[in-house]
Amino acid sequence: MRFGCAFVVVAFVLCSCGNPNTKKSKEVSDVALVQASAAKTSPNINFPIYDFDGMASLLSKKNDSTYIVNFWATWCKPCIEELPNFERTFAEQKDNKVALILVSLDMPSMWEKRLVPFVEKNDLQGEVVILDDPKMNEWIPKVNQNWGGGIPATLIYNKSGRSFFEQSMTYEQLNEELDKFIN
Amino acid sequence: MKTLKIFGFMAAIFLMAAFTYNSLEADGYAIGDYATDFSLKNIDGEMVSLSDFETAKGFLVIFTCNTCPYAVAYEDRIIALNEKYKSKGVPVIAINPNNPAVKSGDSFEAMKERAKEKGFTFPYLFDDGQKVYPQYGATRTPHVFLLEKTEKGNQVRYIGAIDDNYQDASQVEDKYVENAVDAMLAGKEIEITTTRAIGCSIKV
Repeated sequence: MRFGCAFVVVAFVLCSCGNPNTKKSKEVSDVALVQASAAKTSPNINFPIYDFDGMASLLSKKNDSTYIVNFWATWCKPCIEELPNFERTFAEQKDNKVALILVSLDMPSMWEKRLVPFVEKNDLQGEVVILDDPKMNEWIPKVNQNWGGGIPATLIYNKSGRSFFEQSMTYEQLNEELDKFIN
Repeated sequence: MKTLKIFGFMAAIFLMAAFTYNSLEADGYAIGDYATDFSLKNIDGEMVSLSDFETAKGFLVIFTCNTCPYAVAYEDRIIALNEKYKSKGVPVIAINPNNPAVKSGDSFEAMKERAKEKGFTFPYLFDDGQKVYPQYGATRTPHVFLLEKTEKGNQVRYIGAIDDNYQDASQVEDKYVENAVDAMLAGKEIEITTTRAIGCSIKV
């Protein structure tokens, strides 16, 4: 019988993480983002283009918001497949001081031809920025010490904590992890 | 009986936890490990193993594919690596780890075509069933494993990227793989033994 009890307890613990946070916080203003200082621009590309140093401030903002930073590219199939989960969570949680930054690792030759049309076609609501920095071995460990460089990869952070995931995330996984920050 | 059940349950939880951990942390070789040999089909239809290369001093095992933009950006540099080091006893062995059922552009037929187009001078092997790449711990394409042939087996000496600039070969500052092979052949310590790079995840 103890087995049964233990199972119920564990099941309860496992399930209880999945509840989306319903607590409302005050209107968010500072979430509506975040231009780091060092952005380049390009005439036909309506996203800021950063090297890693230019973008670093987006990865360590110390305010009341929680940031979901997703590293992706249009050529990365699992990235494209998980994007709707991020957009859905962002739509549901943005009034909860949650911001979504979509860091595109598309190559320069793809920005105008693929990235811009993709973002328009899918009407992405997350803040798209371009990271153009070939010195990957230098900046990858600065995002997370354990990141091997695979994408999709996602950083969730706020002023008091950080989590990093080198994997695809389902809607449920994303919410479960996000809940640890906004509860 | 009860104790047994509880024990079993604890074991199950333990396994679940272990499994979760594994899915987050990639397994595979660390520097100094001995790499497994394999027998994989080359684009010419022949089976290829590391043990076939009796006089080799080592190998550049490179997981790569036809379709990943990074792999494509590095094709010419992979050919150049083979040109430079095959004669010195360290040939390139390229392996496509992608499952063509998921990525049709990486089928065996497509591999043959691409190799012909680009004039690959090295074996380009198909990881049929996607069984070899997980043993190495390759996570992306292109992903290089430099092996040194020793009495005890093929020892892993370098894991990572080819160099530090995928975009522009002329802007490269650190030729990680060349530096590693040169040091290995000179019997010197390899300065940088692991590097990271964005790459395409392996399609399984």
